[in-house]
Amino acid sequence: MKLHKTRLRAGIAVLAGLVLAGLLLLVGLLLWRASQSAQAVREPALLTRTESYVVPHIDHSSDTALIARGAYLARAGDCIACHTASGGTPFAGGLRMHTPFGVIVSSNITPDKTYGIGAWSDAEFLRAVKHGVAPHGKWLYPAMPYNLYARVTDSDVLAIRAYLNTVPPVHAANASNQLTFPFNIRPLMLGWNLLFFNPAPFQPDSQRSVEWNRGAYLVDGLGHCSACHSGKNLLGGDTDYLQGYDLEGWHAPEITGNPYTGLGSWSTQDIVDYLQTGTNRYSGASGSMGEVVSDSTQYLDAADLKAIAVYLQSIPGSGKTAPAPIPAEDPELTLGHQIFLANCAACHQSDGTGVEHMIPAFAGNPGIRAEGANNVIRTILLGGRTAATQLNPTSAEMPAFDWKLSDAQVAAVSNVIRNSWGNAAQRVTAQQVATLRAELKAQPQISADR
Amino acid sequence: MSQKRPKVDAVIVGLGWAGSLMANELTLAGLNVVAIERGSWRDTSTNFPTSIDTDELRFARRREMMQPMAVETMTFRNRPDQEALPLRDWNTYQFGWNVGGAGTHWNGMTWRFLESDFVTYSNTVEKYGKKKFLDGMQVQDWGVTYAELEPFYDKFERIAGTSGKAGNIQGKKIDGGNVFEGPRSRDYPLPPLERTQVATLFDKGARELGYHPFPVPAGNTSGAYTNPLGVHMAPCTYCGYCEFFGCGNWSKSSPQACVLPALMARKNFAIIPNAEVLQVNLTADKKMATGVTFIDADKEEWEQPADIVILSAYQFDNVRLMLLSGIGKPYNRDTGTGVVGRNYAYQTISGASVFFKGQQFNPFIGAGALAQAIDDFNGDNFDHSHVDFIGGAVALVHSTNGRPIGLASGVPPGTPAWGSEWKRAYKESYQNYNSIYCMGNSYPHRDVYLDLDPEYKDRYGRPLLRVTFDWIENDKRSGKFMADKSVEIGHAMGAATVVRSEPTAQPFSPMDNLSSHTTGGAIMGSDPNTSAVNKYLQSWDVPNTFVCGASSFANNGGYNPTGTVAATTLHAAHAIVTQYLKAPGALLKV
Repeated sequence: MKLHKTRLRAGIAVLAGLVLAGLLLLVGLLLWRASQSAQAVREPALLTRTESYVVPHIDHSSDTALIARGAYLARAGDCIACHTASGGTPFAGGLRMHTPFGVIVSSNITPDKTYGIGAWSDAEFLRAVKHGVAPHGKWLYPAMPYNLYARVTDSDVLAIRAYLNTVPPVHAANASNQLTFPFNIRPLMLGWNLLFFNPAPFQPDSQRSVEWNRGAYLVDGLGHCSACHSGKNLLGGDTDYLQGYDLEGWHAPEITGNPYTGLGSWSTQDIVDYLQTGTNRYSGASGSMGEVVSDSTQYLDAADLKAIAVYLQSIPGSGKTAPAPIPAEDPELTLGHQIFLANCAACHQSDGTGVEHMIPAFAGNPGIRAEGANNVIRTILLGGRTAATQLNPTSAEMPAFDWKLSDAQVAAVSNVIRNSWGNAAQRVTAQQVATLRAELKAQPQISADR
Repeated sequence: MSQKRPKVDAVIVGLGWAGSLMANELTLAGLNVVAIERGSWRDTSTNFPTSIDTDELRFARRREMMQPMAVETMTFRNRPDQEALPLRDWNTYQFGWNVGGAGTHWNGMTWRFLESDFVTYSNTVEKYGKKKFLDGMQVQDWGVTYAELEPFYDKFERIAGTSGKAGNIQGKKIDGGNVFEGPRSRDYPLPPLERTQVATLFDKGARELGYHPFPVPAGNTSGAYTNPLGVHMAPCTYCGYCEFFGCGNWSKSSPQACVLPALMARKNFAIIPNAEVLQVNLTADKKMATGVTFIDADKEEWEQPADIVILSAYQFDNVRLMLLSGIGKPYNRDTGTGVVGRNYAYQTISGASVFFKGQQFNPFIGAGALAQAIDDFNGDNFDHSHVDFIGGAVALVHSTNGRPIGLASGVPPGTPAWGSEWKRAYKESYQNYNSIYCMGNSYPHRDVYLDLDPEYKDRYGRPLLRVTFDWIENDKRSGKFMADKSVEIGHAMGAATVVRSEPTAQPFSPMDNLSSHTTGGAIMGSDPNTSAVNKYLQSWDVPNTFVCGASSFANNGGYNPTGTVAATTLHAAHAIVTQYLKAPGALLKV
């Protein structure tokens, strides 16, 4: 009995200690966030030059100029991608986004006064976009990348607002999210924000060029590249900055200056070409990135795209290097090579060089060599269409091979692609293919006995 | 009572090569354009990717991409005194049945007609006298010249990514190209395809005979290419699945590979697929078109009002739609009056099969237009003073495919049609067989024409088109002449066995599958009494209607028609954009 009481007392003490420590941590985080939020921009003049990089003399007096700038920035932020349902009216919301925590439905951001943002004040708009809190204290989920948009200047966010005010209002309520407990409790985002949300404004680096700063501003702000290309922890917080991440059955590759798995081996122009036309000498944007190019980056000024490229290539990245390649005499590669010649070589060429601006190369294509092999596997299974852009309307599409190749055959040919022409990458297993085939609901291989 | 769609600037009936080229020009000029296509949307990667395209049974034998007879057919007879019967099985006429039309499943031979082809009447009269025309021939000039069309041929070759070697650049003759071609402003956008072994033998043999062999201009890309619309094409892989097939590699010139990607991105363009136009609607005085009536995929009837109507369906269908709509006076064979249906023409075919010993032709290396040819006996390229016909033919060897079913009949005469002896012969012939194929001029004749059948109707109760055709005497003589030449070339190539082929010696049957090239029926010209459209393809009678396609040819050249379909269409489009739009509804100055 005595022993029990002692234990109880000790337990209470520990608990009290933990609560106290938790409270202290909370207060500390709140103070830290407040200080970040209140942080002044160290070099406002450099920020102004960064903000007005493409349009040096912003005409603040004219509404038309403001709206045009807002339209450009809305494209840079790719607002339309999430705030438009498939086949729906632009900016009317309704897109269902599948997250590990449930379905989040995007909101109506047309200027409708009841269901859109028409009744919001500018301050409310800024708070929603940059702090994740909509009017009436509604906490947004970080599917809306406010944690990144916090870097965008107020004047840029308000230019987007000015543009959104000009789109046709849609008088339609949003569908509700379908999140599992406890993620359906919005105030919990306070906790997420405390852990992962840094509301600090963009701080330009005077040691770097205006171009570099513009690139950083776009990548970390409106471009919200890290939403897909950075690693994620269990609660969806960013880790491993722009070093690649597997999501939705894709691999968003590393986009740092790493020469092996990142963009270090490409020229700056290669990156500009990719973002502007959807293709370059080595690769083509398809899937989610294809949509980013079609909806957003193709419309950006060449100077902005170059700034993005310069910034990305300056990031040292993961430091990943080539592993030892699977030896050419490996029996799996022998099988894979036959599959390659019969199915792939006609378009991708027997030397793996592809066709510039149309059919991706396997040689010199860092996306192929990434540790995450999802893109290679899923494209073999389901095919993939490169983005259609103003400068390259071709939009060539690779057919699906799920019906034709077995898991072992897909693995074998993936290993050839990832381990030939100077490539070396981790072995893809048939089990990996089977898992992705199931996840993507791809067809099984058609039986020859049918 | 049909439902009504919003009015557009131009409606295009049929979205093959002519329709998509026209749509491209009109939308670039800012017009709001709707295209109505009877077939379905067919896409390279969805419908004929490399992973399924090479299926000979499905596409070449069962003709999956073709319009079935149940949708529409025509009736056929050889002579005006016969009763025509409907064609109920696959035959020599091959209609596209998809967005892209026949331009999706063609082989890709991208010719320019000869200078003399456009002025056959005046050239013949001047050089040989009127008596050179045999009885009943209705030869007439086109009203347009090669020189006028040259910029538009050039434009098409750039859009299509044609591979070839020029033989005449601005009058300078170039050995190895076609020295008989009209002067070109510049060379082809891509070099010729690689040459096969059989083409090498042909080239050598023809040179020894003093002829001038050259690679056939090919709508099969000899390398990667980007066209002026910014569309990329990939290099041809010589798979040999071209005619009857879509190209899974984006290497065959087609609306899909060359035009549609750019066109589909334009907001002022829309396609209504799976919809069949029943007629062009006219004003009460029949002097202007008001649009078209069509039936959509759900069998609902619609009216599409438009300021301009472009008929760019298949040659036969253009003529039929004009007859069904009352555009232009129908041709009457007995009185010789009327223009719609007049001057139908086909393609004069002859040649020789050649069998070698010990060759390795590897016919599985092929492409739709991978061929070596001579033009020494085409059109008026040789002196006809001592022959009793006009025109002639191109003669070529063609490495188009090594498809197992298609080549199965390529065995020497006397071989059993089945069994071990046939197998042995086929195995031997597979590497040793080819043929010299002559595609000849076809000239109009009083008794060769198109009209509406008095008895047979389509699924909507409209009369079928009736084709009245047989080889005319001029065809028979030129066919015989070219068969003789083919035998001569076959021997010069070193063939062990040469088998002469002269289909023109027998009455023509559409079931013989000699050529799919049909022309005329709504021909261009400078006289409204003998032509249906002017040189800008504008109907003389309904001036806001333009009729594009091989229906406008005043005679057929000794070539595949597509290059000339494209050039005449682009020429018309240029006139619409630069002249017609300034005074809509008026006849263009010619």
